[in-house]
Amino acid sequence: MTWGLATSHVPSIGAAMDHGKTGDPYWKPLFDGYAPARAWMAEHTPDVAVVIYNDHANALSTDLMPTFAVGTAESYDVADEGWGPRPVPRVVGAPHLSEHLVRELLDSSFDITTCSQLEVDHGLTVPLSVYCPNPGPAWPCAVVPVLVNVIQYPQPTAARCYEFGQAIGRAIGTFPGDDRVAVFGTGGMSHQLAGARAGLINEEFDRRFLAAIEDDPESLAALSREDYVREAGTEGIELIMWLVMRGAMSGNIARIHDTYHVPASNTAAALALFQDLGDTESAPA
Amino acid sequence: MADTPDTSAEPRTNARDNYLFDLAHNRQGQALNRLCGSLMRAENRERFKADEEAYCDAYGLSAAQKQAVLQRDWTGMLDLGGSIFYTFKLAMLDQKSMQYLGGVFTGMTTEEFAETMRSGGRRFG
Repeated sequence: MTWGLATSHVPSIGAAMDHGKTGDPYWKPLFDGYAPARAWMAEHTPDVAVVIYNDHANALSTDLMPTFAVGTAESYDVADEGWGPRPVPRVVGAPHLSEHLVRELLDSSFDITTCSQLEVDHGLTVPLSVYCPNPGPAWPCAVVPVLVNVIQYPQPTAARCYEFGQAIGRAIGTFPGDDRVAVFGTGGMSHQLAGARAGLINEEFDRRFLAAIEDDPESLAALSREDYVREAGTEGIELIMWLVMRGAMSGNIARIHDTYHVPASNTAAALALFQDLGDTESAPA
Repeated sequence: MADTPDTSAEPRTNARDNYLFDLAHNRQGQALNRLCGSLMRAENRERFKADEEAYCDAYGLSAAQKQAVLQRDWTGMLDLGGSIFYTFKLAMLDQKSMQYLGGVFTGMTTEEFAETMRSGGRRFG
């Protein structure tokens, strides 16, 4: 475990990159905020990224709504979400790590749905683009997709997501070999798409969350799903996926960079990057 | 399609607050969400555009759901069990943005809604 990245996965952030709009006045502040994190990550490239995300009615449907699922494929095609697939490379999997995660998580009493065929949508590809804006013909790392239901109520509790992350962290720690693994927690921040509260932004809550995710994740895990809906919006409950990332990290982490911006389309957007010092200390100099 | 297809006298701000998509809404909206979900395939988008009514019938929409789809009643679709992640695919087919929908849900024009977001978003006590 080398580092953990929390980032929003708003589709328009990907569209801004795909259509060369990152320098426009609307988008420039957001992408300027990413720059220090991107520079650091480019010098600390992982072999595999475990990306915690949710599908948005593309690979999964309301017919099947697994609470926790793990992609186990050799590779993942990029989904056409209704407006054509993003012009980004297909995603190469890490099936051996997937198999190890599935087994270890089941042994940790997390009942996992496995996805042997999965088209990945913006929930996964936008965070990869946040990490690596110009991948060329291939992404710089393999990926294990880990899906969390945040769309259909009731979602898993924040506390359960934090424990899920801890189990993922233990599993990564026992994976044979010396692969460098990063964990992405995606989505989140103020996010109310529909209804009378559409456009809700609760910057105070967002900033409190952004601060506590580093050194007081237990306080965030203690919040109910109703707390998240009330404070961050119906889709703001995506923040529980940041807790999966945080749970996977050791107790010894350092914040490399963070940024917060309003608006990205109808929501707030944020990024927070943490180095796992526990891993660094045990690595050869 | 007009930019603001509001044919009703009801203000659109009557939308419920949160639109939690729960199991009851999943049951209620199954046909509607299946239809919208099918629009992730290019060939289905073409079939839908060629005959929207027949497409609604093929997916077994209720009369009310069909009317909401044909009239692009975005709040009505949510009230009839639609999930925003599904109905957004229909909006994208119409080349309507999430900010356009945000305006519809809150009784604003797209530009008013976008400006509200640029000004820091909407606050609720």
